[in-house]
Amino acid sequence: MGFLVVLTLLLLGLVVGGSIERNHFRDLEQREHASRHRVVLSDKHCDDPRPVARASLAVGSVVISTDYFKQFLAAWRLLFGGELRGHATLLERARREALQRMKESAPHADLFLNVRFETFMISQNSQNALGTVELFAYGTAIRFVRRLDDDLDVPSPHDARR
Amino acid sequence: MILTNIDSVPGKTIVQHMGLVQGSTIRAKHIGRDIMAGLKNLVGGELRGYTELLQESRDEALARMTDQARLLGANAIINVRFATSSVAQGASEILAYGTAVRVE
Repeated sequence: MGFLVVLTLLLLGLVVGGSIERNHFRDLEQREHASRHRVVLSDKHCDDPRPVARASLAVGSVVISTDYFKQFLAAWRLLFGGELRGHATLLERARREALQRMKESAPHADLFLNVRFETFMISQNSQNALGTVELFAYGTAIRFVRRLDDDLDVPSPHDARR
Repeated sequence: MILTNIDSVPGKTIVQHMGLVQGSTIRAKHIGRDIMAGLKNLVGGELRGYTELLQESRDEALARMTDQARLLGANAIINVRFATSSVAQGASEILAYGTAVRVE
Protein backbone atom coordinates (compact mmCIF):
# COMPACT_ATOMS: atom_id res chain seq x y z
CA MET A 1 0.00 0.00 0.00
CA GLY A 2 2.73 2.43 1.02
CA PHE A 3 4.68 1.39 -2.07
CA LEU A 4 1.67 2.22 -4.28
CA VAL A 5 1.34 5.68 -2.76
CA VAL A 6 5.01 6.44 -3.36
CA LEU A 7 4.76 5.14 -6.93
CA THR A 8 1.70 7.33 -7.60
CA LEU A 9 3.47 10.40 -6.19
CA LEU A 10 6.54 9.67 -8.31
CA LEU A 11 4.44 9.32 -11.46
CA LEU A 12 2.52 12.49 -10.59
CA GLY A 13 5.80 14.36 -10.14
CA LEU A 14 7.23 12.99 -13.36
CA VAL A 15 4.19 13.68 -15.56
CA VAL A 16 2.62 16.82 -14.07
CA GLY A 17 5.90 18.31 -12.84
CA GLY A 18 7.56 17.68 -16.20
CA SER A 19 4.70 19.29 -18.11
CA ILE A 20 4.69 22.35 -15.81
CA GLU A 21 8.41 22.73 -16.40
CA ARG A 22 8.17 22.41 -20.19
CA ASN A 23 5.34 24.97 -20.33
CA HIS A 24 7.32 27.34 -18.16
CA PHE A 25 10.41 27.15 -20.39
CA ARG A 26 8.25 27.76 -23.49
CA ASP A 27 6.60 30.77 -21.85
CA LEU A 28 10.00 32.14 -20.74
CA GLU A 29 11.43 31.90 -24.26
CA GLN A 30 8.54 33.91 -25.70
CA ARG A 31 8.78 36.64 -23.07
CA GLU A 32 12.57 36.83 -23.33
CA HIS A 33 12.29 37.18 -27.09
CA ALA A 34 9.69 39.96 -26.75
CA SER A 35 11.88 41.99 -24.36
CA ARG A 36 15.29 41.29 -25.95
CA HIS A 37 15.85 44.95 -26.96
CA ARG A 38 15.79 46.11 -23.36
CA VAL A 39 19.30 45.21 -22.32
CA VAL A 40 20.23 43.94 -18.86
CA LEU A 41 23.77 44.70 -17.65
CA SER A 42 25.62 43.79 -14.50
CA ASP A 43 27.81 46.89 -14.97
CA LYS A 44 27.30 49.99 -12.85
CA HIS A 45 27.85 52.40 -15.73
CA CYS A 46 27.11 52.44 -19.41
CA ASP A 47 28.71 54.48 -22.17
CA ASP A 48 25.45 55.49 -23.78
CA PRO A 49 25.68 59.24 -24.56
CA ARG A 50 21.93 59.84 -24.44
CA PRO A 51 20.67 61.90 -21.48
CA VAL A 52 18.78 59.97 -18.81
CA ALA A 53 15.17 60.94 -18.16
CA ARG A 54 14.54 58.72 -15.18
CA ALA A 55 16.21 56.13 -12.99
CA SER A 56 14.38 53.81 -10.63
CA LEU A 57 14.77 50.55 -8.76
CA ALA A 58 13.27 47.50 -10.49
CA VAL A 59 12.69 44.23 -8.66
CA GLY A 60 11.32 40.84 -9.61
CA SER A 61 11.01 37.67 -7.60
CA VAL A 62 9.62 34.16 -7.70
CA VAL A 63 9.22 31.33 -5.21
CA ILE A 64 9.45 27.98 -6.89
CA SER A 65 9.45 24.38 -5.71
CA THR A 66 10.66 21.14 -7.21
CA ASP A 67 8.49 18.06 -7.78
CA TYR A 68 8.44 14.78 -5.90
CA PHE A 69 10.15 12.85 -8.68
CA LYS A 70 13.13 15.22 -8.71
CA GLN A 71 13.35 15.16 -4.95
CA PHE A 72 13.50 11.38 -5.15
CA LEU A 73 16.31 11.49 -7.74
CA ALA A 74 18.15 14.08 -5.65
CA ALA A 75 17.97 11.82 -2.61
CA TRP A 76 19.80 9.14 -4.63
CA ARG A 77 22.33 11.66 -5.86
CA LEU A 78 23.11 12.66 -2.30
CA LEU A 79 24.30 9.11 -1.71
CA PHE A 80 26.64 8.91 -4.69
CA GLY A 81 27.50 12.54 -5.40
CA GLY A 82 27.45 14.26 -8.77
CA GLU A 83 25.45 17.01 -10.38
CA LEU A 84 21.82 17.53 -9.34
CA ARG A 85 20.41 18.13 -12.82
CA GLY A 86 16.78 18.41 -11.71
CA HIS A 87 17.64 21.13 -9.23
CA ALA A 88 19.83 22.91 -11.78
CA THR A 89 16.88 23.35 -14.16
CA LEU A 90 14.70 24.43 -11.23
CA LEU A 91 17.11 27.22 -10.32
CA GLU A 92 17.63 28.18 -13.96
CA ARG A 93 13.96 28.70 -14.65
CA ALA A 94 13.44 30.52 -11.36
CA ARG A 95 16.31 32.86 -12.14
CA ARG A 96 15.07 33.57 -15.66
CA GLU A 97 11.54 34.12 -14.36
CA ALA A 98 12.75 36.58 -11.69
CA LEU A 99 14.77 38.51 -14.28
CA GLN A 100 11.80 38.61 -16.64
CA ARG A 101 9.53 39.91 -13.88
CA MET A 102 12.08 42.59 -13.06
CA LYS A 103 12.00 43.73 -16.70
CA GLU A 104 8.21 43.63 -16.80
CA SER A 105 7.97 45.66 -13.57
CA ALA A 106 9.61 48.59 -15.41
CA PRO A 107 7.92 48.59 -18.84
CA HIS A 108 9.23 52.07 -19.74
CA ALA A 109 12.90 51.33 -19.09
CA ASP A 110 15.39 51.09 -21.97
CA LEU A 111 18.26 49.63 -19.97
CA PHE A 112 18.89 47.88 -16.65
CA LEU A 113 22.14 48.57 -14.78
CA ASN A 114 23.87 46.68 -11.97
CA VAL A 115 21.48 43.74 -12.02
CA ARG A 116 22.04 41.30 -9.14
CA PHE A 117 20.54 37.98 -8.15
CA GLU A 118 19.82 36.69 -4.70
CA THR A 119 18.82 33.16 -3.72
CA PHE A 120 16.94 32.44 -0.54
CA MET A 121 16.12 28.95 0.73
CA ILE A 122 12.65 28.75 2.23
CA SER A 123 11.96 25.17 3.21
CA GLN A 124 14.43 23.71 5.62
CA ASN A 125 12.85 20.29 6.01
CA SER A 126 15.49 17.63 6.29
CA GLN A 127 13.92 15.39 3.64
CA ASN A 128 13.90 17.97 0.86
CA ALA A 129 17.17 19.82 1.19
CA LEU A 130 16.36 22.02 -1.80
CA GLY A 131 12.57 21.90 -1.91
CA THR A 132 11.52 25.53 -2.10
CA VAL A 133 13.65 28.46 -3.10
CA GLU A 134 13.16 32.17 -3.74
CA LEU A 135 15.03 33.83 -6.57
CA PHE A 136 15.18 37.59 -6.50
CA ALA A 137 16.55 39.92 -9.19
CA TYR A 138 17.02 43.67 -8.84
CA GLY A 139 18.66 46.49 -10.72
CA THR A 140 18.44 50.13 -11.73
CA ALA A 141 16.01 50.78 -14.59
CA ILE A 142 17.11 53.61 -16.88
CA ARG A 143 14.89 55.50 -19.29
CA PHE A 144 16.56 57.76 -21.81
CA VAL A 145 15.15 61.13 -22.87
CA ARG A 146 12.97 60.93 -25.97
CA ARG A 147 12.83 63.76 -28.48
CA LEU A 148 9.17 64.35 -27.69
CA ASP A 149 9.30 63.36 -24.06
CA ASP A 150 5.96 63.62 -22.36
CA ASP A 151 6.45 60.90 -19.77
CA LEU A 152 8.87 62.79 -17.53
CA ASP A 153 6.08 63.42 -15.05
CA VAL A 154 5.33 59.75 -14.48
CA PRO A 155 5.49 59.40 -10.68
CA SER A 156 8.01 57.04 -9.19
CA PRO A 157 6.45 53.93 -7.59
CA HIS A 158 8.18 54.86 -4.34
CA ASP A 159 6.62 58.33 -4.04
CA ALA A 160 3.34 57.25 -2.49
CA ARG A 161 3.34 54.77 0.31
CA ARG A 162 0.84 52.33 -1.27
CA MET B 1 11.97 59.43 -3.90
CA ILE B 2 14.39 58.01 -6.46
CA LEU B 3 15.94 54.64 -5.63
CA THR B 4 18.92 53.15 -7.46
CA ASN B 5 21.34 50.34 -6.68
CA ILE B 6 24.32 52.07 -8.31
CA ASP B 7 26.53 54.76 -6.77
CA SER B 8 24.85 57.66 -8.56
CA VAL B 9 21.51 58.85 -9.87
CA PRO B 10 21.89 58.96 -13.68
CA GLY B 11 20.80 62.33 -15.08
CA LYS B 12 21.13 64.11 -11.70
CA THR B 13 23.92 65.41 -9.49
CA ILE B 14 24.33 64.46 -5.87
CA VAL B 15 24.64 67.61 -3.74
CA GLN B 16 24.58 66.17 -0.23
CA HIS B 17 25.01 62.81 1.51
CA MET B 18 22.75 62.08 4.49
CA GLY B 19 24.14 58.72 5.58
CA LEU B 20 22.82 55.19 5.84
CA VAL B 21 19.10 54.50 5.97
CA GLN B 22 17.47 51.14 6.48
CA GLY B 23 14.11 49.46 6.80
CA SER B 24 13.28 45.93 7.80
CA THR B 25 10.37 43.63 8.52
CA ILE B 26 10.06 40.13 9.93
CA ARG B 27 7.26 38.01 8.54
CA ALA B 28 5.94 34.58 9.37
CA LYS B 29 4.20 32.41 6.81
CA HIS B 30 0.74 31.23 7.77
CA ILE B 31 -0.48 27.70 8.00
CA GLY B 32 -2.90 27.79 5.04
CA ARG B 33 -0.16 28.84 2.68
CA ASP B 34 2.08 26.18 4.19
CA ILE B 35 -0.41 23.40 3.45
CA MET B 36 -0.83 24.59 -0.14
CA ALA B 37 2.94 24.76 -0.46
CA GLY B 38 3.20 21.19 0.80
CA LEU B 39 0.81 20.03 -1.91
CA LYS B 40 2.61 22.06 -4.56
CA ASN B 41 5.85 20.38 -3.51
CA LEU B 42 4.54 17.17 -5.09
CA VAL B 43 4.21 18.54 -8.61
CA GLY B 44 6.60 21.49 -8.52
CA GLY B 45 6.07 24.97 -9.94
CA GLU B 46 5.57 28.44 -8.53
CA LEU B 47 4.20 28.97 -5.00
CA ARG B 48 2.27 32.20 -5.63
CA GLY B 49 1.34 32.64 -1.96
CA TYR B 50 4.99 32.78 -0.95
CA THR B 51 5.97 34.99 -3.88
CA GLU B 52 3.33 37.54 -2.80
CA LEU B 53 4.26 37.26 0.87
CA LEU B 54 7.93 38.00 0.21
CA GLN B 55 7.07 40.75 -2.29
CA GLU B 56 4.83 42.46 0.30
CA SER B 57 7.55 42.21 2.94
CA ARG B 58 10.10 43.67 0.56
CA ASP B 59 7.77 46.58 -0.30
CA GLU B 60 7.26 47.19 3.42
CA ALA B 61 11.02 47.22 4.06
CA LEU B 62 11.51 49.67 1.16
CA ALA B 63 8.68 51.88 2.45
CA ARG B 64 10.25 52.03 5.93
CA MET B 65 13.62 52.87 4.41
CA THR B 66 12.17 55.69 2.26
CA ASP B 67 10.28 57.06 5.30
CA GLN B 68 13.54 57.29 7.18
CA ALA B 69 15.22 59.02 4.23
CA ARG B 70 12.35 61.50 3.96
CA LEU B 71 12.78 62.41 7.63
CA LEU B 72 16.42 63.22 6.93
CA GLY B 73 15.37 65.52 4.07
CA ALA B 74 16.74 63.29 1.32
CA ASN B 75 15.09 62.91 -2.07
CA ALA B 76 16.96 59.85 -3.33
CA ILE B 77 18.58 56.67 -2.00
CA ILE B 78 21.57 55.21 -3.82
CA ASN B 79 23.29 51.85 -3.51
CA VAL B 80 20.15 50.08 -2.28
CA ARG B 81 20.83 46.50 -1.12
CA PHE B 82 18.64 43.72 0.15
CA ALA B 83 19.37 41.02 2.69
CA THR B 84 17.16 38.12 3.70
CA SER B 85 17.66 35.75 6.59
CA SER B 86 15.61 33.15 8.45
CA VAL B 87 15.48 34.21 12.07
CA ALA B 88 13.28 31.29 13.17
CA GLN B 89 11.62 28.26 11.63
CA GLY B 90 8.97 29.69 9.29
CA ALA B 91 9.88 33.36 9.81
CA SER B 92 12.25 35.51 7.80
CA GLU B 93 13.65 38.99 8.02
CA ILE B 94 13.83 41.20 4.96
CA LEU B 95 16.19 44.14 5.21
CA ALA B 96 16.66 47.00 2.74
CA TYR B 97 19.42 49.56 3.19
CA GLY B 98 21.10 52.30 1.22
CA THR B 99 22.67 55.75 1.30
CA ALA B 100 20.27 58.70 1.53
CA VAL B 101 21.30 61.64 -0.67
CA ARG B 102 19.97 64.92 -1.95
CA VAL B 103 20.05 65.27 -5.75
CA GLU B 104 19.37 68.14 -8.14
